[in-house]
Amino acid sequence: MRKDAIRDKVSIIGVGCCQFGENWDQSPSDMIVDAAYEAYADAGIENPQAQIDAVFTGSIYSNKGPHECSDALKLFNKPVTMVSNYCATGTDAFRCGVMAVACGAYDTVLVLGYDKPKDRGVSGPSVMMDGVRDLPKTPAGWFSLCAATYFKKYGASRDDLARIAIKNHHNGTLAPRSFLKREITLEDYKKARLISWPFGVYDCAAQTDGAAAAIITRSDLAKNLRDDHVLVKAVSVQAGPNPQREPGNDFLSWKPTASTAAEAYAQAGIADPRAEIGIAQVHDCFSLTELLSYEDLGFCEKGSAKEHIASGYFELDGELPVNTDGGLKSFGHPTGATGVRMIYENVLQLQGRAEKRQIANPKLALSHNIGGHPTACGVAIIGLP
Amino acid sequence: MIGIQSYGAYIPPTRLSFASMAGRPAVEDGPEKAVAWNDEDSVTMAVAAALNCLRGLGREEIDGLFFASTTYPFMEKQGASLIARALDLPRSLRTADYTGSLRAGLSALRGALDAVAAGSARKVLVVASDCRMAAPRSALEMNFGDGAAAFLISADGVIASLESSHAIAEEILDFWRSEGDPYVHTWEDRFVIQEGYLPQMVEALQGLLHASGTTLTDYAKVMLCAPDKRSHGTAARALKLDPTRIQDPLFGKLGSAGAAFAGLQLAAALESAAPGDRLLLASHGDGAEAASFEVGAAIAKLPARRGVSWHLARRRAVPSYDHYLKARGLHPSEWTKGSDPGLSATIHYRERDADLSFCGQRCNACGTVQFPAQRVCDSCFAKDDFARLRLSDKVGKVVTYTFDYFFPTPDPPTVVTISEIEGARIHLQLVDCPPEQVAIDMPIEPTFRRIHDVGGRPNYFWKGIPLPEDA
Repeated sequence: MRKDAIRDKVSIIGVGCCQFGENWDQSPSDMIVDAAYEAYADAGIENPQAQIDAVFTGSIYSNKGPHECSDALKLFNKPVTMVSNYCATGTDAFRCGVMAVACGAYDTVLVLGYDKPKDRGVSGPSVMMDGVRDLPKTPAGWFSLCAATYFKKYGASRDDLARIAIKNHHNGTLAPRSFLKREITLEDYKKARLISWPFGVYDCAAQTDGAAAAIITRSDLAKNLRDDHVLVKAVSVQAGPNPQREPGNDFLSWKPTASTAAEAYAQAGIADPRAEIGIAQVHDCFSLTELLSYEDLGFCEKGSAKEHIASGYFELDGELPVNTDGGLKSFGHPTGATGVRMIYENVLQLQGRAEKRQIANPKLALSHNIGGHPTACGVAIIGLP
Repeated sequence: MIGIQSYGAYIPPTRLSFASMAGRPAVEDGPEKAVAWNDEDSVTMAVAAALNCLRGLGREEIDGLFFASTTYPFMEKQGASLIARALDLPRSLRTADYTGSLRAGLSALRGALDAVAAGSARKVLVVASDCRMAAPRSALEMNFGDGAAAFLISADGVIASLESSHAIAEEILDFWRSEGDPYVHTWEDRFVIQEGYLPQMVEALQGLLHASGTTLTDYAKVMLCAPDKRSHGTAARALKLDPTRIQDPLFGKLGSAGAAFAGLQLAAALESAAPGDRLLLASHGDGAEAASFEVGAAIAKLPARRGVSWHLARRRAVPSYDHYLKARGLHPSEWTKGSDPGLSATIHYRERDADLSFCGQRCNACGTVQFPAQRVCDSCFAKDDFARLRLSDKVGKVVTYTFDYFFPTPDPPTVVTISEIEGARIHLQLVDCPPEQVAIDMPIEPTFRRIHDVGGRPNYFWKGIPLPEDA
């Protein structure tokens, strides 16, 4: 994307998020309404049918396209578009909305990510049996493939992963809308059953239902609506090669993270992410994904995540707090919602509304998703004016 | 001169001890039998034996494949053509399945010898494979063992030529298995031996001796198939066989291997045969059949095969009888097979070159090997400019790995790797390898396995096994 295509042209004026969890008694529509109406209220939108010009929605489990969203919210006679892009779905829906506003096509856009995996009757990972190759097909099996290689090269171990899991469980207890509100100990971590080595239960995201929403508008209009509107600095989404098939892949990182982040930093004019980014929501589908992302997002040198984990660098009171709301691990991971949920958390933190988990005066906030084998990556950077 | 040009065997490394079948703790060096594991069946074992037979030999001249088994998973749909696909044999190929009788293996062998002798085929691959099941904890269970043997029948490079043969047919209910029944049944053992087994074997052997003007003392080794150790001993005594001339039937090590039993004994005899030796083989089942061979000078030039002794030396004890039941799908906890239609037949058809023949491609522009075939090169992005490349006969190495505890298997975890073969990166399960032995860069070789039973059908793909040290 052109570097200056979106920077500071678009603002977030409202965010909303439904309660994440195993929402047995809620339909996708119920969650969509909860998230959207909270965002309307936050943005001061009283007549959404008249004030929302377009909707970009993201889901990977829905087979109804964008109409589940338009029907739930009764948003008719306007474009409603659905995006599907593995775990980058929410961030990509946000990117599409931001581009639509930045180019002047629409004044006010609703971005809504949601998913309802808990209607499938599957607890945790499912083995997809839709072929004979590439089995077992489970996200844990795919994302664990960097472990043997990374551990061998850099000397990290399950103990380092445990610190990430313990941190995200702790942070989740402080976020009202999170699914899991339970501290875990190192002993709990070590006793947990293995899913796909080195991942035990506590290394894996909690798959939940959920929906999250953001309302965006032109920055020049946002100024008149609220003082603490949040500027979009960058949104980058990239596809990478299938790492399982990529010739010569060293399995020391998930490569789309570094290249997508580089594009986002260029858009935002960030030269030193470690110094400039104040808070980050990083895709912790598995603990190792978060560890690798510390390095690939430029928060620390390659191979040094272990030392930074040990020093508490990424904890709530650390230099660069990561996954302040508990992340995918504790807040929950309804795939299409996750990218938007991260933006919801970053907006609350930038506006000083994050209550018990509030960190001190962040100026720039980053959110990051990586999914698929993984091949799909999204990075969004937002900040106060 | 028509005969055997090459041979190979396959015996699963998993061994079930007689003690565990009887509910007793296993004893060191106690009797056991070879059992196909959950990702093995008569097809996968046939492919493995055939690959061992063809090791180092070209496949271009093969124009026939005969497959013998009483346990091929389909009632309608040929096994020989599936095995030919897995072996990546030429498309112009005569294929047939021999089934229904324990002597199907020897019948297939004789059919191939006749076809080559008649000039209607140049080289015929014969593969016999069986994994018969007896009802759990039944008296029959200890007798059965699983395995496969393969022979390349040719008019040149013959290591053992056919001398004589004789067959008789008989109608008798001694052993049978009806449609839909997973278990073999038998009548009272004394009846089976006295009326079924013994007279038929003796008659077939005597017929051959008479026709060829030979006596039992002319043969270096006599190979007698038998349903169990006792019957084998009864036949040997009735024939007054010199014990030194009896090929070890491997009861207590392998077990009676159904339609593959004759081939496995012949393969074992060929391992230690010398030029000039005469071999006599007899197989029973709804009659009996005998064939004799003379070992030729070419046997000295055939590189060492992965035969019976090679496989018997590689063993892994089944941890418990419960594991065996799970591996065979006999455990009450096994998933009930749903009514799902299974994998798409059109996708199975489109992907047969990748899934069954294990063929990838080499980019003509940049040389990058990739699997499965792509339209656009993974490395240089050249379009539709590739040469087909078979990977099933190549050696690879582990790039990275994980242990999956969710994939359905009788003894988790499933070892999953990204392996590199000829430069192609492939998501490949690793079997016959304990997790603690898996290491980055460890060499592997491909093996054809039954990967799951979605749709109530066997679905096949390749896995990796650690490269044997003497490969």
